[in-house]
Amino acid sequence: MVSDSENYVAANTSLTVTVTAARRNQGYWGRVWTRLLRDWGTLAAISIIALILLAAIFAPLLATHDPTQGSVLGRLKGFGYNGHILGTDETGRDLYSRLLYGSRLTLITGVLPVLLALIIGGFLGVIAGYFGGLINSLIMRVMDVLYAFPSVLLAIAITGMLGSGVTNTILALTITFVPPLVRISETVTSQTRAMDFIEVARSSGAGSFTIIRFHVLSNILAPVLIYATSLISISIILAAGLSFLGLGVTPPNAEWGLMLNNLRSAIWVNPAIAAFPGLMIFITSMSFNLMSDGLRRAMDLKL
Amino acid sequence: MWFFILRRILYAVPVLLGVSIIVFTLVQLSPGDVVDILIPPEAPEEVADALRKQYGLNEPVYIQYFIWLGHLLQGDLGTSIFSGQPVGGELASALLNTLKLAVPAAILGMTSGIILGSLAAFHNGTWLDRLFSAAAITGVSLPHYWVGIVLVVAFAVIWNVLPGQGMGPDGFPATWEQIRHLILPVFTMSLIPMGVVSRLVRATVLEVIGRDFVTTLHAKGLLNRRVLMHVSKNAAPAVLALMGLQFGYLLGGSVLVETVFNWPGSGNLMVLAVFRRDVPVLSATIVVLAAIFVVINIVVDILQALIDPRLRR
Repeated sequence: MVSDSENYVAANTSLTVTVTAARRNQGYWGRVWTRLLRDWGTLAAISIIALILLAAIFAPLLATHDPTQGSVLGRLKGFGYNGHILGTDETGRDLYSRLLYGSRLTLITGVLPVLLALIIGGFLGVIAGYFGGLINSLIMRVMDVLYAFPSVLLAIAITGMLGSGVTNTILALTITFVPPLVRISETVTSQTRAMDFIEVARSSGAGSFTIIRFHVLSNILAPVLIYATSLISISIILAAGLSFLGLGVTPPNAEWGLMLNNLRSAIWVNPAIAAFPGLMIFITSMSFNLMSDGLRRAMDLKL
Repeated sequence: MWFFILRRILYAVPVLLGVSIIVFTLVQLSPGDVVDILIPPEAPEEVADALRKQYGLNEPVYIQYFIWLGHLLQGDLGTSIFSGQPVGGELASALLNTLKLAVPAAILGMTSGIILGSLAAFHNGTWLDRLFSAAAITGVSLPHYWVGIVLVVAFAVIWNVLPGQGMGPDGFPATWEQIRHLILPVFTMSLIPMGVVSRLVRATVLEVIGRDFVTTLHAKGLLNRRVLMHVSKNAAPAVLALMGLQFGYLLGGSVLVETVFNWPGSGNLMVLAVFRRDVPVLSATIVVLAAIFVVINIVVDILQALIDPRLRR
């Protein structure tokens, strides 16, 4: 009996060994992929993000009611009232449909600023890190000034002065996220620039553009992208926060932060209703955080 | 060391100048000016022009900037359009109220963050690590303004045991009535620093434990307690830098929590100024909060250099 189980273990071990040996040749991205497929938490987070994205795209098909159609009589009703799955909000609009439509603006105002900041910040950071000297000082000192503002303060300063609305929210958050992305891309670029293969490329006659395009970008893309994904959750919380303060998306648009703001006064009537928009913000930002952490582990990066 | 401190302080001067330029630019870009807010749109053009002259708005933009900067440097933060009072006084009392939240929230969030993070690192891979790491990632993912609302619903609406709005009696929080008002907002505010600090502490401690010198210390038979001292000294600079940043965020980013709890702090003042289009109050609050943030960063840099001489470049 004992020897049987020992045999079983032995057979199993040899199997594992062959599997590892086979995987040894799959290259960096192959290993990343394998690690990712084993990480259930990250896969779940990615699936949730995919679901929220699909819900945002197909909101018109999934919604049961017009998200802006209110009703004077049916205000702040509970679950299942008159066909409203999650009840109604303070003007009698269907909460479920508004949550569906709300995901659109929340995702746009949350994700787009990080993307824009990635492009602008990545560009400035690579320029600063690659060319160094005066250009580096100029770019980095300007970033130091922007760093003097805590992120929430900077975002409120911009939307507060320029006015609320989707465009100004995106603008404000983009400016808020440019400095950290410049800093990280500058750091990894100057690290890459000190490598021998850059020297080799230069001595073989490659110009700055070619070196940046083929050698620098391929080396800095992974860490900078991962860092950017870690900012998405902060951006979503901040974007919804701006709308919550009344400085972001304007009524009657559906947006989770704005809905939270509107439903705040309803907590005395129907406390459960105020929970949903916040819960959605939490689930979305948590999923982005888990995805970012998982990708970082799978890519074996230290930032 | 003195040279380092001096250089660090001198370096803040251009940064602060840059801050003033950004805030002034934002004021310039904001739609309308003071006069548009003060007088009705149907007022005669001569009245508007006279007022513009009085406020110095007919000068070229760069002259306006230098006048404004001159007033700032003399400690004159301007006059509130809404109340007609000097901004300085309003801002000082609002800042004091924000400190009442930020200081206990920083202490609570950072100590619990350090404890959770180091426990997770020292028990790397166990269920304790997974539990604490999950708590940390939840802390950074929660929209804290929503947590505030949920806490108000639970403790103020449903159970009615703690106040959910306002600050209670003025003055240094010493009586039970004042402390009761602090509990919910302080807990809400401490969530983010708790999550952020514990994540960084875990990563840094894990990295330090993996270094060769720790193996050497263990090999020569040093007590775990003594090794811990070496580890924490090596992990301290990074953690300290983050804690400084987080404290600055608590001061400058208290807006959301203050709005939820109706707390009369600097963030609340700022949001009110936005809706009243009270540009002098808004710009002064932003400049002062950013300046405080810069000062906090200087203090943190100096503390870091005190712990780690390698940073005194």
